[in-house]
Amino acid sequence: MSAPKTLYDKIWDAHVVSEDADGTSLLYIDRHLVHEVTSPQAFEGLRLAGRPVRAPEKTIAVPDHNVPTTLDRVSGVIANEESRIQVEALDKNARDFGINYYPVSDVRQGIVHIVGPEQGWTLPGMTVVCGDSHTATHGAFGALAHGIGTSEVEHVLATQTLIQKKSKNMKVEITGKLRPGVTAKDITLAVIGETGTAGGTGYVIEYCGEAIRDLSMEGRMTVCNMAIEGGARAGLIAPDEKTFDYVKGRPHAPKGAQFEAALMWWKTLFTDEGAQFDKVVTLKGEDIQPVVTWGTSPEDVLPITATVPAPEDFKGGKVEAAKRALDYMGLTPGQKLTDIQIDTVFIGSCTNGRIEDLRAAAEILKGKKIKDGMRAMVVPGSGLVRLQAEEEGIAQIFIDAGFEWRLAGCSMCLAMNPDQLSEGERCASTSNRNFEGRQGYKGRTHLVSPAMAAAAAITGHLTDVREMM
Amino acid sequence: MEKFTKVTGIAAPMPLVNIDTDMIIPKVFLKTIKRSGLGVNLFDEMRYDRQGNEIPDFVLNKPQYRDTQILIAGDNFGCGSSREHAPWALADFGIKAIISTSFADIFFNNSFKNGMLPIVLPQEQVDLLMQDAEKGANARMTVDLEAQEITTSDGTVIKFDVDPFKKHCLLNGLDDIGLTLEKVTAIDAFEAQAAQSRPWV
Ligand code: SF4
Repeated sequence: MSAPKTLYDKIWDAHVVSEDADGTSLLYIDRHLVHEVTSPQAFEGLRLAGRPVRAPEKTIAVPDHNVPTTLDRVSGVIANEESRIQVEALDKNARDFGINYYPVSDVRQGIVHIVGPEQGWTLPGMTVVCGDSHTATHGAFGALAHGIGTSEVEHVLATQTLIQKKSKNMKVEITGKLRPGVTAKDITLAVIGETGTAGGTGYVIEYCGEAIRDLSMEGRMTVCNMAIEGGARAGLIAPDEKTFDYVKGRPHAPKGAQFEAALMWWKTLFTDEGAQFDKVVTLKGEDIQPVVTWGTSPEDVLPITATVPAPEDFKGGKVEAAKRALDYMGLTPGQKLTDIQIDTVFIGSCTNGRIEDLRAAAEILKGKKIKDGMRAMVVPGSGLVRLQAEEEGIAQIFIDAGFEWRLAGCSMCLAMNPDQLSEGERCASTSNRNFEGRQGYKGRTHLVSPAMAAAAAITGHLTDVREMM
Repeated sequence: MEKFTKVTGIAAPMPLVNIDTDMIIPKVFLKTIKRSGLGVNLFDEMRYDRQGNEIPDFVLNKPQYRDTQILIAGDNFGCGSSREHAPWALADFGIKAIISTSFADIFFNNSFKNGMLPIVLPQEQVDLLMQDAEKGANARMTVDLEAQEITTSDGTVIKFDVDPFKKHCLLNGLDDIGLTLEKVTAIDAFEAQAAQSRPWV
């Protein structure tokens, strides 16, 4: 018997092309996802060196970060000159290099991390990379998935490999059941609250435990999506029947006998009994509450029932950071989080832009109206999510409540397109980052789950969704 | 890629923790399709007011730090997005080395690929360098990659660790892609074998 291995060990071992004495390895990449913002310089590099894309059939491109999400985009013109140039560059690069492509006009277009799984490009046991840190999302399938920089994008395009050193193994276990009103988003934020944004640095996290097993694939993607906010290179969840059911029948998933063969291997993808983790974090599912961020780092997270902390509550460099964050966010220590008034609600992003997220928000919004003067928008994660929501009648619930019903893209998650906060505008957002300026210059972001975002839209302030259930 | 061997220059203190890539280069500057020219927008929202005037208090705007080549930064530097625009902007500004107690993973890797050296040191040593950097333009620090040594303005020497492969590439200005393509037979062999064992990929 060989030594027991973690899930990460198994996927890693299956992809090592070569390894140097110091452990630096060449790792084979099964899927390379590409978007318009981090790829132009990589394609330019290939052209300059006269290199082709080594495996165009394993390379998938979709514009998402700065495409407009307003309905008039179907006219095909992107008003912002620089955004238009980037999207056109991707159009041309995809064509010239012969890679799989979902242009803006394609109903399957959407956020790259939603399109990949939806189209069956992401499968258990794969290595998946993208020039985007939230590539961690794909870890929900038991795929080793992480973000890379543009130089690495070029490296993968040219060689279909990545130079890597193995990370350490970390286990994050969420035991027991979640309480009503608590979602995958609350789990992932609570974990970051526990470990800090640098707590996962140097690790690949495997999420496990009953509360994780109980999550749908959508929920698992939400959890893994924010592994990067905890500093980890990647997040993983061992595939199980839910995973296999989700994958089966997707356009690019294997079919027939090949599916059966794949399944045989996928079923071996779990951490062996007795395998060693370098770090273990355990949270009780029952202890997790609906949470919200108060500051400008995802680790600035508290249960919705709490009050705004004071800088003195922290230690070291964090004291200064907390002062700065409170000032930026315009908050006073001791203030109840539920007293914070909200101007804008954003539901979308690769964290919470899937059908289940929209269902959860619609459940709260059904038959209700958003607060007068509230700006609220829903940006489905892909054209197909949008279609499905329309078929299920969810779109109508949002529209009746007073939400704008948008086309797919990253939108206000990073505000590279016209969807931005103005100075001082305060937003309850289902996205993943509350950094200064993330959603617009001097904009203020509170990260929440879709249900909590919907609740805030109705009341006009941060709200404990459990009171509305 | 540009070589990095040794740099002697001004070090600027940025003790703030969790300096993220949105602070290093706000997203409005990501719409470029080039790598160069981002230095003027480095730390844009901290460095300029809305009218584009310099904010005098910001460290890199102070006369003694305008030619900074070394940054001494708070914990978890470069967290956030994978944008390589962050190291591009730092490098374009003239930063050659960054020293902190920890770096975000992707940023750390990206830096090496742009001829920039990120150095991880324990808290006490970073504190010491931070104090040295506070002295301003007179405090010229040296970072010597070959010897793996930092020398402060008063001659204190601090040793640091660096991955041997990354050191080799940086010292020689080697391009990763070229190096990897030398292993193309191994990649071919891996692909052929994977086509058998995992044909659905
Ligand atoms: S939705 Fe946000 S986090 Fe996700 S890929 Fe787009 S910009 Fe990045």
